Amino acid sequence: MEAQGTSKIRSWIKLGLQRTLPQIIAILLAFVAGAAVLLATGHSPIDAYGEMLRGAFGDMFGIGQTFTQATPIIFTALAFLFASKCGLFNIGAEGQLIVGAFAAALVGISFSGLPALVHIPIALLAGALAGGLWGLIPAILKTKLGAHEVITTMMLSYVATYLTSYMVNYPFKAPGWVAQTVPIAISAQLPRILEPTQVSASIFLAVALAGLTHYALQRTTFGYEVRATGLNLTAAENAGIDVKREMILALGISGAVAGLGGAGEVLGVHRRFIDGFSPGYGWDGLAVALVGGLHPVGVLLAAVLFGALRSGGMTMTRVTGVPLDIVIILQALVVLFVTAPMLIRYLLRRGGHKD
Amino acid sequence: MSTAIQMKGITKTFPGVLANDKIDFVVEKGEVHGLLGENGAGKTVLMSILYGLFQPDDGEIYVNGKEVSMDSPATAIRLGIGMVHQRFMLVPSLTVAENVILGREPVKDKVLLDMDKALKDVEASCERYNLAADLKAPIYALPVGIQQRVEILKALYRGADILVLDEPTSVLTPQEVTELFRAIRALKEQGKTVIFISHKLREVLSICDRITVLKKGKVVGTVRVEDTNLGELAKMMVGREVVYRFDKRPMNGREVVLKVESLKALDDRGLPALKGIDFEVHASEILGVAGVEGNGQTELVETLTGLRKTTEGRILLNNVEITAASPEERIRLGISHIPEDRYKRGLISDFSVKENLILGSHNKPPFAKKRVRLDFGQISRYARKLIDEFSIRTRSEDTPVRHLSGGTQQRVVLARELSREPKLVIASQPTRGLDVGATEFVRSKIVEMRDHGCAVLLISADLDEIWALSDKIAVIYEGKIVAIRDPQNTNEEELGLLMAGGKDG
Repeated sequence: MEAQGTSKIRSWIKLGLQRTLPQIIAILLAFVAGAAVLLATGHSPIDAYGEMLRGAFGDMFGIGQTFTQATPIIFTALAFLFASKCGLFNIGAEGQLIVGAFAAALVGISFSGLPALVHIPIALLAGALAGGLWGLIPAILKTKLGAHEVITTMMLSYVATYLTSYMVNYPFKAPGWVAQTVPIAISAQLPRILEPTQVSASIFLAVALAGLTHYALQRTTFGYEVRATGLNLTAAENAGIDVKREMILALGISGAVAGLGGAGEVLGVHRRFIDGFSPGYGWDGLAVALVGGLHPVGVLLAAVLFGALRSGGMTMTRVTGVPLDIVIILQALVVLFVTAPMLIRYLLRRGGHKD
Repeated sequence: MSTAIQMKGITKTFPGVLANDKIDFVVEKGEVHGLLGENGAGKTVLMSILYGLFQPDDGEIYVNGKEVSMDSPATAIRLGIGMVHQRFMLVPSLTVAENVILGREPVKDKVLLDMDKALKDVEASCERYNLAADLKAPIYALPVGIQQRVEILKALYRGADILVLDEPTSVLTPQEVTELFRAIRALKEQGKTVIFISHKLREVLSICDRITVLKKGKVVGTVRVEDTNLGELAKMMVGREVVYRFDKRPMNGREVVLKVESLKALDDRGLPALKGIDFEVHASEILGVAGVEGNGQTELVETLTGLRKTTEGRILLNNVEITAASPEERIRLGISHIPEDRYKRGLISDFSVKENLILGSHNKPPFAKKRVRLDFGQISRYARKLIDEFSIRTRSEDTPVRHLSGGTQQRVVLARELSREPKLVIASQPTRGLDVGATEFVRSKIVEMRDHGCAVLLISADLDEIWALSDKIAVIYEGKIVAIRDPQNTNEEELGLLMAGGKDG
């Protein structure tokens, strides 16, 4: 029994390595290319990468920063992943995250005296619902009118950005110069788990959600139907699956996941809604989902990588003076190399490996 | 008259499929040559070889008497061969003239596009070939018939002397067909050679000089139009080699399983496809629907399985009306469907064998616990049982079906559809593209279902298949069942005539 267990684990590890090896090589190649950029601009790649690594993982504070940055990206990446399994390209996670954050903030500031065990779930739920609604609109536009979700989800992102911006500049503006709401009630705050950094219990939610996503897609009839719809719409239809319903649900859930991520930011990190709080978590999510091979575990790993780039990048800039833009260049290179699997496979074969 | 094209002993295989089998094909200069055959007979593959899109495994190609190596479409174009594909290759936002010159733009001062010359050139060929079109209109604003004309102009602009038209009428309205035919005649007068691919008998008879008929990758024969007729062509197309007939137990069930009453439905373009269809299928009975493809068979199947809306009429399954039932309900009520296009409708090629085997029953016990959780222990056990029963050649139940051969994939579909204890099996072109062994297996399974009391509706363009399996034969023509015959009281001549739209004798 025990031997069987270990052999199973060994085969899992083998499978995992097989799946991730091209990605890992791609990421290493991206850093090599990044080093060339650093050299060309007169910086030492060793210093820059060293500081980046130290900043991201060198101490508790760095690790906390890394996970703080990774948390919302896990949500948005899972959001993209879920819709993509249904054959839908939800590139509007940014907007869904923002409306989720705003809805959670509203619940957070509107009630007082509730116990935390009630207040936090309601606020999270509000975030998920708002994000879900933001995903449902394009879903309905697609299934009823045939409007392509790439266009509608992206455009709704701008609506979300500017609508919430208006809200916190006018009706819900806190006294002062900054466009933000008043702080949420203490009873709505998600606990921070690694003071003094801002990493909050939201990360547990993110990891649990990754597991849940995997389970739902692979082990439930609903996930089966979603995948069938995504892989072959006509065959799914033929098998009695209501493909429009699947699409609506998938985009709704996708939006809800992103919205939950936004709620986590408000309740755990900022403790209020601040205009422009997201530096593009939604777009990072898309990249992370692709780098993670559209697999929930891959998403977790890739989100940590992107979080580390963001948090380590700040240390790197502070210590070595290398501009922060190199982080964006590195992210782009990672995406470029990972999404060019043909190239990697070609290089692997040249290296004598066979697949 | 000299030969424009000669193809000798062309053989082409794809994994598990013999698409072209030692084909000899000769086209004379200046003729309109019809290439006739059912879908999957190998017409498009043969023409793709001629156009350099595929390389044959064996055989030779001669153009104007000289042997050539057709290694790419560029070579074909250089040798004066032009092809108009079923799906147009036009840029929608560019104008007619711009599309015609695309890739061969006239240039002035070495770099500048000479649009004036382009317009003049294109206009000249329009007049010469009687192909009128508004040269400055963008493609997206034009009807399909004109777009096709632009494709022809494009081929001519590249210097084509031999034009291959792949199923050119399948997208056209009757009026547009008339105009296309006028254009083809004009081309012929100008000395051009045209190869006209079709599976529509009347069309090839009215426009072609000679016709070559393909069946299952082989040439059945080449005939002159004046020496043949509808019935003979139909017979050539669907074949008549004697196949072995199944020993079937006599029918014991008598109750009506499927009853269809004045059924009407529209096709994808919104035109009537089914114009009032009536028939019944009894338990332990195979009703074969014979007909040349495109006479409403696809729409009939989709209407019965719930994928297409019924506009008028009723469908009854075991005396229960299911006209408005969803596909899922129909599956639950006992309708199984072997689709004509297994890649498009029958299988999810990235799913594993076991995932494909439960498609449609995935939300019912024992596969789903409380309709929510998939029980992969049960699913694997079930899959292994079916793999064994239907001799599905696969490494394991976890192999994606895209790694399996065509015949094995069809076994997966068959295993799934026949194992859910259906009351009615709708089998649409169930052996298309399969080799002899797989064909035999599929047919024996269908007969087995019938012997177990199942009602079977068999739709096939292969008259041999209809003949070998059916207890009753219905003939479909232009969206109507024109006759229902007892196999004992009819013959190939009569069926051929009925399928070609001849009067009920």
